[in-house]
Amino acid sequence: MFTKMTMSEVFAPLKEPLIMGTAIGILVGVIAVVAGLTYFKLWGWLYTNYVKTVDHKKIGVMYIFVALLMLFKGGVEALLMRAQTAVPDNKLLNSEHYNEIFSTHGVLMIIFVAMPFLFGLFNVVIPLQIGARDVAFPRLNALSFWLFAMGAVLINVSFIIGGSPNAGWTSYFPLAGIEFNPGVNNNYYAWSLQISGLGTLMTGINFVTTIVKMRAPGMTWMKVPMFTWSSFIANIIIVFAFPVLTVALVMMTMDRQFGTKFFATEDGGMDMLWANIFWVWGHPEVYIVILPAFGVFSEVISTFARKNLFGYGSMVASMIIISLLSFLVWAHHFYTMGQNVAVNGVFSITTMLIAVPTGVKIFNWLLTMRHGRITFTTPMLYALGFIPIFTIGGVTGVMLAMASADYQYHNTLFLVAHFHYVLIPGTVFGVLAGYHFWWSKIFGFQLKDSIGKVGFWLIAIGFNVTFFPMFILGLDGYARRMYTYSAETGYGTLNMISFIGALVLALGFLALCYNIYYSVRHREELKVTGDPWDGRSLEWATHSPVPEYNFAVIPKISRLDEFWFAKKEGRDLQAGEIKDIHMPNDSAAPFWQSVVMGLASFFFVFNEIGIAIILGIVTLLFMAYRSFEIDNGRHIHVEEIEETERKLKETERQLRGDR
Amino acid sequence: MSKHNNSVPLEYQGEENDLKIFGFWVFLGAEIVLFATLFTAYFTLVDRTGSGPTGVDLFELPPVILETFLLLTSSFTIGLGVHAMRLGRVKPMIVFYIITLILGAGFIAVEVDEFITYIYHEDATIQTSAFTSSLMTLLGTHGAHVSFGLLWGIAIIIQVAKHGINKRTANKAFIFSLYWHFLDVVWIFLFSFIYLKGMM
Repeated sequence: MFTKMTMSEVFAPLKEPLIMGTAIGILVGVIAVVAGLTYFKLWGWLYTNYVKTVDHKKIGVMYIFVALLMLFKGGVEALLMRAQTAVPDNKLLNSEHYNEIFSTHGVLMIIFVAMPFLFGLFNVVIPLQIGARDVAFPRLNALSFWLFAMGAVLINVSFIIGGSPNAGWTSYFPLAGIEFNPGVNNNYYAWSLQISGLGTLMTGINFVTTIVKMRAPGMTWMKVPMFTWSSFIANIIIVFAFPVLTVALVMMTMDRQFGTKFFATEDGGMDMLWANIFWVWGHPEVYIVILPAFGVFSEVISTFARKNLFGYGSMVASMIIISLLSFLVWAHHFYTMGQNVAVNGVFSITTMLIAVPTGVKIFNWLLTMRHGRITFTTPMLYALGFIPIFTIGGVTGVMLAMASADYQYHNTLFLVAHFHYVLIPGTVFGVLAGYHFWWSKIFGFQLKDSIGKVGFWLIAIGFNVTFFPMFILGLDGYARRMYTYSAETGYGTLNMISFIGALVLALGFLALCYNIYYSVRHREELKVTGDPWDGRSLEWATHSPVPEYNFAVIPKISRLDEFWFAKKEGRDLQAGEIKDIHMPNDSAAPFWQSVVMGLASFFFVFNEIGIAIILGIVTLLFMAYRSFEIDNGRHIHVEEIEETERKLKETERQLRGDR
Repeated sequence: MSKHNNSVPLEYQGEENDLKIFGFWVFLGAEIVLFATLFTAYFTLVDRTGSGPTGVDLFELPPVILETFLLLTSSFTIGLGVHAMRLGRVKPMIVFYIITLILGAGFIAVEVDEFITYIYHEDATIQTSAFTSSLMTLLGTHGAHVSFGLLWGIAIIIQVAKHGINKRTANKAFIFSLYWHFLDVVWIFLFSFIYLKGMM
């Protein structure tokens, strides 16, 4: 308990040349960014426009920016893993370093890539889709983002200071316990997930309230756009699943740092309790990241097939059923870990049941496209690619759902291939489709479609080349998380193919980055109006880039796809009298509170309880400040709105004339 | 969509107030899951006492009855406080809120004494067994919520004393009362399923 580390132990990870190199690279990068910001005198701009902002659009952009950075890091880790296993008996990484890399790869990709990317889309799109001026609690929204960001900082710092989590992203006990893992590695796991999880819970509460209470007049539940519906359900799952993670992580911290016996191997502790609680959160978490992506595909497919979504009601019903079932399947993650046949049987059936509503959705998308006039844009390519690839993931999922057969697949690369076949076409294709789809809403210009398409093909092909061989390797008995293997096993060829696929995937990522660079440079010619895709839902009814107040006049809704029908009938949805608009004030308090909480977590990781408690008290002071603060917001006046609207309409008229 | 409906109580008036109360109910939903998870861990580990004491060894009725009395009464007094607030009477409202916090502080005092008894007289620390770990974490989480409520309540009382009853302070005071009632409900579960069941 409370063992303090010496300085040489704290910086022990730097003895590894690869980590030293990365650390130097990060240092150089940070110095370059700091120097650049200072040289161009951008600190003030950054502070007032982003650090202090409570605007949902800017917060959304920051979420997606962090997600892309973390995608880069998680992607480099994936490349390192594939490189290490590309040939037998490889010495690129040692076993400890390999453990750290696969553990943080999982944590980063789920918690710090998939989640923030989706939160970014929630933030940018949902208030626009429901015709709201902002989210319900803009200030809380900023706090959510900064807490999440501090969690991301913490897990990245772990590589250099003290050592990264190394017991898998699931961190099963007893391996993750203090007995077998005395370093600070898994303290980092607990604290970085804890503070980013708090942010996530706040986001969940915020968006549930926003969607329930702030829809435009007339937008009854069956007129809500599908992305908002799917995100609504995902946020409800967040509210009911994330407290479970909070408690699990508290118990982990108590066991590791305060000597409690929850998951201990003696004094009555029960290691399987961790596995159960973790997956009671962990499985719904999978649906938190997949349902909003389904929502994106619904929007994209219906827009580019020029048809209304087939089976709207059954889409909603199937998501509700999925959300309920998501809490009833957790034990399928450990069929082989000791429960009896009856328990496995029940969980086997609930797991297979999930395939039914998911299948309904797949057929709805296919039938939406039937007889449609399809245009093959980048977002549509991602949606089209998603359907067959995700189906492979789904079918292998049903294979894994069979408890008796799972004894063959458990903890092999077959499982790894399965969940990548679900999460990449599902979540990653989904967020990338949404990213290309909604980019112009924020920036007023589009991403170059041809480069986007190159990116799509590299990612789709690279993905299949990387992960399909893993199905075969898994069936041949290749266990996951193995850092190397001998030549006699015969695993070499398929692993090499997989490595080549990973390189192609990396090229796909570079194409995404190049597209940002290219499109920013050519932004004048890529400029578009507020409705570049001939869209259907409300976000396309306002200008691009969206003015601060979103809508000059809040539209009234009488049917689903109101904007689409308004265009056909030549109605202006924003017609009506412009009034003063009430907006929330910016504040730097969420940022500084998050910094303090991030530092408190950091000191907790190293058992510096005294400092952590002092910083905890400072956090309470921030909360007291918020309680006593009188913040009535501010008003944007009619003249200012009319002036902005006039300018934006003028630009739109020019753009229409250009085309 | 701002509602200017004066037929609803002051704390619900205005869009922002309405959102805050709804949002807080959603938060309480999350809190229910938090406590449910801790209860689940407790029920799983309740018989895994290792070489340490069991519930029958530890639990004593008198302090628990006293705690129950203090907390349930405080829930009643905060209800009276909200009633006074709706009648627009500042002084009785503040008095009832102060009584509520005093009863809450009394609850915490008895609970601290209970923990001291466990640790120094029964040799049951949080590290003794899986049972004591889950027991003390569950009780401690509830106790921490009540303690946080004491600080929060003081902040509310100061603001009501300073600004009187207006839309903003009424909303804050009402949300605080929801929180306080919620902790009372959790205590009823702790009382029934930990103490009463554990003493059998």
